[in-house]
Amino acid sequence: MKRPMLALDRRADSRPVVLKTGFMQQILAFGSLIALLIVFSVASENFFQFSNIVGILLSTAVTGVLALGATFVIITGGIDLSVGTVMTLSAVMTGVSISFWGTPIWTGLLVGVTTGALCGLVSGYAVARLRIPPFIATLAMMMIAKGLALVISGTKPVYFADAPGFSNIALGSVLENLIPGFSIPNAVLIFFGAAIIGSIVLTRTIVGRYNFAIGSNEEATRLSGVNVNFWKVVIYTITGAFTGIAGILIASRLNSAQPALGQGYELEAIAAVVIGGTSLSGGKGTIVGTVIGALIMSVLTNGLRILSVPQEWQTVVVGVVIFLAVYVDILRRRKAA
Amino acid sequence: MGEQLVVMSGIEKRFAGVHALKGCRFELRSGEVHALVGENGAGKSTMMKILTGVYQRDEGEIAFRGRPADLPDTRAAQKLGISMIHQELNLAPDLTVAQNIYIGREPRRLGGILLDDKRLNRQAEQLLRRMNLDIAPDVLVSDLTVAKQQMVEIVKAISYESQVLIMDEPTAALSDAEIEELFIAIGKLRASGVGIVYISHRMAELQRICDRITVMRDGSCIDTVLTKETTIEKIIAMMVGRELYHSATARGREERAEVVLEVKGLNRGKAIKNVSFQLRRGEILGMAGLIGAGRTEVARALFGADPVDSGDIYVQGRKVRIMSPHHAVREGIGYLSEDRKRYGCLVDMDVKSNVAVSSFKRFSRFSWMLKSPIERAAEDVVGSLQVKTPSIHQALRNLSGGNQQKVIIGKWLTKDCDILIFDEPTRGIDIGAKSEIYKLLDRLAGQGKAILMISSELPEILRLSHRVLVMCEGRVTADLRNAEGLSQETIMQYATRREDRFASSREETLLANRRGYE
Repeated sequence: MKRPMLALDRRADSRPVVLKTGFMQQILAFGSLIALLIVFSVASENFFQFSNIVGILLSTAVTGVLALGATFVIITGGIDLSVGTVMTLSAVMTGVSISFWGTPIWTGLLVGVTTGALCGLVSGYAVARLRIPPFIATLAMMMIAKGLALVISGTKPVYFADAPGFSNIALGSVLENLIPGFSIPNAVLIFFGAAIIGSIVLTRTIVGRYNFAIGSNEEATRLSGVNVNFWKVVIYTITGAFTGIAGILIASRLNSAQPALGQGYELEAIAAVVIGGTSLSGGKGTIVGTVIGALIMSVLTNGLRILSVPQEWQTVVVGVVIFLAVYVDILRRRKAA
Repeated sequence: MGEQLVVMSGIEKRFAGVHALKGCRFELRSGEVHALVGENGAGKSTMMKILTGVYQRDEGEIAFRGRPADLPDTRAAQKLGISMIHQELNLAPDLTVAQNIYIGREPRRLGGILLDDKRLNRQAEQLLRRMNLDIAPDVLVSDLTVAKQQMVEIVKAISYESQVLIMDEPTAALSDAEIEELFIAIGKLRASGVGIVYISHRMAELQRICDRITVMRDGSCIDTVLTKETTIEKIIAMMVGRELYHSATARGREERAEVVLEVKGLNRGKAIKNVSFQLRRGEILGMAGLIGAGRTEVARALFGADPVDSGDIYVQGRKVRIMSPHHAVREGIGYLSEDRKRYGCLVDMDVKSNVAVSSFKRFSRFSWMLKSPIERAAEDVVGSLQVKTPSIHQALRNLSGGNQQKVIIGKWLTKDCDILIFDEPTRGIDIGAKSEIYKLLDRLAGQGKAILMISSELPEILRLSHRVLVMCEGRVTADLRNAEGLSQETIMQYATRREDRFASSREETLLANRRGYE
């Protein structure tokens, strides 16, 4: 039997792997990252130094973990604007737990992650059950978290004076103990660890599969008998938990919880996700992409700083890069269609 | 028929290794309705996309009114007066009729600064009147019925002084009365000398309004014939080039099997009024009625996709509360939506995920996805339903409509649903695949599945159903056994039995019901 449709099917399948969706955008993003590294290395000999690379990785860690979480919600076709301030609230709650309540460090960590997850749960409930659009629901959560962080901390930073080990969570180096001189801070390990876990959850578990299904066609998924509302709450909660981890990282790095910090981080996180090729309309995206996206952002800021480009201009360049990244993605999609 | 409007000859088109069009010839005269038929993937839409400038031909000639025409883009085609009305309407629902017709060409005043709404509405009204359409130019498009919206599309095309109008499945979403309206409009256009290319899967329509029929298969134009000199059977034979499945008649099956689904007094606003019926094991219950009769609403209510005001549902004799599709699936009910793309499949995901999406729970341990059982289930579906796909890893968007439909059926079989609701299972599916779907439905019923099938095509209802439930305006107007002598006319009578008449003739209905059962 010779049917033309079958011929078309074959064509689609026999496309070289490189041209397939997903893979291509990662290659592109990865290529840009390498290109940036080369350009900055040539432009300044101070760039490709061990200490500078470590600096870049360290500065990626916090926004990176935020971006990992945001990837989940964005793949459902939603958005989470609250990750910046929820991160702050989580940091403050960790501080409150350790410094005010005098709990052990690990309890503090648990409190931090739980705070983030709870905020995600509330956002998810608002989105899934109350049908508030994600943009509005998480905008509200952003303000609630911001306000609560200030209220709980009494608008003053919370210091971890009585817990000297706390700053080691981000800044210590387990690796250096194993390989002397290889002083990669723990924050970087935590970031990569979180990425691996995130990637497994997204590609190998039922939540991940529903995540893509909801993003690709929510109504069809619902009519397939999937309890879409429940899974959406789960997904927003996962995003919240990652946000909580980011909160712990930033508190540990600064050895204090700064209640006024945080706003603006959500946009950087979303930018990293988008540069990494995750579609804001949902259904498509990868954790690897987000990691690369986050790295591109910090390599760019770091490199420009080394080249003494003023801070104001750095922001402009990052903005232009976002334009480019999304445009390239759209071009590619148009070609694929 | 008038002068030659368009002559396309020796058209060749290749896409990345696929020979999509092989030396195709198509011609259109002014004042003619010319049907273009063929299975999905036969090359109809590629051909028309070349005529409208969306694609460029690799080889071949296009002549417009005897002069060679170059169509580098859609604007060039539009300039020549070639317009296409797509299956999905391209109207802005929140704008008015007149605004939609003149979008991009709004009359202005004050040197082009301000919009001239008065003139806009006047011009639109003239056009609408010319087509004898009873549509006010200043109502919102979203307030119109689908049929009326389609008329607006046609009027919009005419406003470009179109001489060639291509209509892609224009009747797909219309009721019979609305189709009549459309045909009248087409007749007017034909009389004014417009050439119309009419793409449709509905053979009966072609016979009514088309002058000539061109059949395409596998990228070739098989033949062009005069409608009055051919038969539907000949056309279908040319389209598929192979034998079609004819169901061993479904009529006269025994009714001893146990009732698996019972609906009592289902109500929802004006859409569903006191609907009750039973569905037995191994039975195909056809649901007939006009568009808007409430059939889809009943199906969605049963499946928990929409809430109901009142009514009881019993599955295997047990009263159940179905609040969401999630509950329905747990009770073993599967639903195949009429709108496959929107509500049925995850087009960006692959075959195996689509097969498994309702059964992910079963395919995971502690929420960890198990790869091989999913793949085995998908291979099973592909094998037993004969899905034509190069592999189970193929994205669903690359499959034809019929094969997508099979994958969705496979989803519910994988979930092991005993009650299957098929809403227009063959809509937008070509004839060859249609007969395969019929065969499949028969086989499923034979295996003991209970099937509720909604269809607007009466021959389909008569061919497959054991019993026929007819609905009109939200009510069940007849529950008929598909026995010898049940005709399309009888069903249509019940389908148009409106409430005022219904009251006086209820006894007649009961009588007819009883007769149907005897």
